[in-house]
Amino acid sequence: MSKQSPSVESLVQRSYRHGFVTDIESETVPPGLSEEVIRLISARKNEPEWLLEWRLEAYRQWQQMRQPDWAQLEIEPIDFQAISYFSAPKSAQDRPRSLDEVDPKLLETYDKLGVPLHERARLAGVAVDAVFDSVSVGTTFKEELRKAGVIFCSMSEAVQDHPELVRAYLGSVVPRSDNFFAALNSAVFTDGSFVYVPRGVRCPMELSTYFRINAAETGQFERTLIVAEEGSHVSYLEGCTAPMRDENQLHAAVVELVALDDAEIKYSTVQNWYPGDEQGVGGIYNFVTKRGDCREAGARISWTQVETGSAITWKYPSCVLRGDDSVGEFYSVALTNNRQQADTGTKMIHLGKNTRSTIISKGISAGRGQNAYRGLVKIGKNAHNARNFTQCDSMLIGKRCGAHTFPYIEVNNPSAKVEHEATTSRIGEDQLFYCLQRGICEEDAVSMIVDGFCKQVFRELPMEFAVEAKALLEVSLEGAVG
Amino acid sequence: MLKITDLHARVAGKEILTGLDLEVGAGEVHAIMGPNGSGKSTLANVLAGRDGYEVTAGEIRYQGQDLLELAPEERACEGVFLAFQYPVEIPGVNNTYFLRAALNAQRKHRGEEELDSVGFLRLVREKLQILHIGDELLHRAVNEGFSGGEKKRNEIFQMAVLEPQLAILDETDSGLDIDALKVVAEGVNRLRSPERAIVLITHYQRLLEYVKPDAVHVLAGGRIVASGDAELALHLEQQGYTWLEEGGIAAVGSAGAA
Repeated sequence: MSKQSPSVESLVQRSYRHGFVTDIESETVPPGLSEEVIRLISARKNEPEWLLEWRLEAYRQWQQMRQPDWAQLEIEPIDFQAISYFSAPKSAQDRPRSLDEVDPKLLETYDKLGVPLHERARLAGVAVDAVFDSVSVGTTFKEELRKAGVIFCSMSEAVQDHPELVRAYLGSVVPRSDNFFAALNSAVFTDGSFVYVPRGVRCPMELSTYFRINAAETGQFERTLIVAEEGSHVSYLEGCTAPMRDENQLHAAVVELVALDDAEIKYSTVQNWYPGDEQGVGGIYNFVTKRGDCREAGARISWTQVETGSAITWKYPSCVLRGDDSVGEFYSVALTNNRQQADTGTKMIHLGKNTRSTIISKGISAGRGQNAYRGLVKIGKNAHNARNFTQCDSMLIGKRCGAHTFPYIEVNNPSAKVEHEATTSRIGEDQLFYCLQRGICEEDAVSMIVDGFCKQVFRELPMEFAVEAKALLEVSLEGAVG
Repeated sequence: MLKITDLHARVAGKEILTGLDLEVGAGEVHAIMGPNGSGKSTLANVLAGRDGYEVTAGEIRYQGQDLLELAPEERACEGVFLAFQYPVEIPGVNNTYFLRAALNAQRKHRGEEELDSVGFLRLVREKLQILHIGDELLHRAVNEGFSGGEKKRNEIFQMAVLEPQLAILDETDSGLDIDALKVVAEGVNRLRSPERAIVLITHYQRLLEYVKPDAVHVLAGGRIVASGDAELALHLEQQGYTWLEEGGIAAVGSAGAA
């Protein structure tokens, strides 16, 4: 993080003189969704004709679809015509100009997270533009990545600079018509990340979208595509740690991963979108489709997620284990407090021989939070000797929350071995008392017990993320007991 | 150190302690014996301040303070330690980490500097050596997957590190083999000092072969019905608790007092 500080600071000093940004600022797209809006987005981004067609086809399909209602969620009706699909970043004049103007509660949170001061300023959006931000990040790393042959850029840039790659892989894992929100995203996505790791290359650093936090304000429909060629390796981190202050905002992203022969993709998320207040007012609707395709033999895709934010979370990062001997992993911690709701889990689709998958899911419910694990393990008829191990643990804090588990298991090959373990526990009054009796105060005791509960997942995260995830849980659980 | 006067306590609406009196002075080891259901564990839990144990009458003074006014963690920080009859598992939380958090919480409360990991490890190694406990317990999660004996050893180990003023051992000796029993006895004997008090709650007198108590009390029906010296424990062992009800108490009780 500290690496970025000089460029961030120098950017703070700069005025908005880059044409692109100034243009966007003057750009206003009224709320509503139509072919015209999609044409406008596409034109604004100077996209090739095929991509516009691709978007329009997605839009036509979306119009035929209905919003799914099978999840264990209570969702207020969403008026899709009331959303602006291409909103410019807030202008510099609207932003707080110094830390004194930022909500003190927000600063308190950063303090607890241990985010350094210059970071806080940036996260709070103090006169630093996210677009500038992601440019600075890109340029910091670009030289080193170019030497390795790795492409890491925004989706918009990729469409311009590497159209053949985008065209070959976009929608190849999550088709346009996959589901309601994926179709919507395909029609209107505004940006996102693109990663391409060539054959045999081990990406020399962790790639991260941590620095694109403010960019999220510009549009809630990101599209991320990661392609790992034969024998390559990449670890990608996605951090959404800036609490959003907007109200019930829809965030419908799509993430596609493609791992070819013996390639490995590790995708980690620490999600802390604004969860709404104690009464459940405001907060992000996080309806995300994430899927990885182990397309060839020996490929490996691993999802790790720590979900503490959002008013409603609806996401199932999945793996299609197409290649023989491919491996899929899903490690998840999902926490719901106050009025938060989460319906999350994974799908492991075993198609190839000797494919293996592991699912470790930890759900924590506090306050009036509702937490559901929903997971599918499907063994295709040709998936000889497929193996799955699922462990699904729920922890309840207090008496007004809920935990639900919906495991779906579908086995079409008799040689498969599928294991499912599930536990639900109330945060032990016994455990709590044991800690208290040793002199540890209740708040510390709860975070210690919860941290222990999540250990299996945290150790999958890169070091600095693990620390952050732990701190996030502590902040999110504040006042959950007593 | 500890003075309990006319203590009445209820659990789930049922009166378990029915006017218990007990005084334990600094430097003393008291054993409390009694049949199942007599209120031994209730006493331990009331002293530690566990939820669901409701004191309806009486008083507990501890080092001049009203103990019942203090929250459980405050009691712990003031030096009250309970070795649990059933030590609790906390999956994923490292045993050493847990104990250091506890010790530092207590040190902070006393206005002492918190121990860093190096200082803490030194202390831990020293205590392990004294108690003849291997260091494998350090690397595991708190009580997770421990055998019964390991859990009890861990309690004694925690006690040794935390060095409480008042240690209450709730049937720590039950179900232990002779080696584990010796660890428990060693832990208690090491802790003995003129400033400390120890209350051993036990069903059997076996532990008392290794730890010589200053006084033995018999708890029955929620009250102390007899008090004496170590002899009383032996009599109980030989005669069984039914003998209590047959009026043997008076005889031995007075012998102990003599």
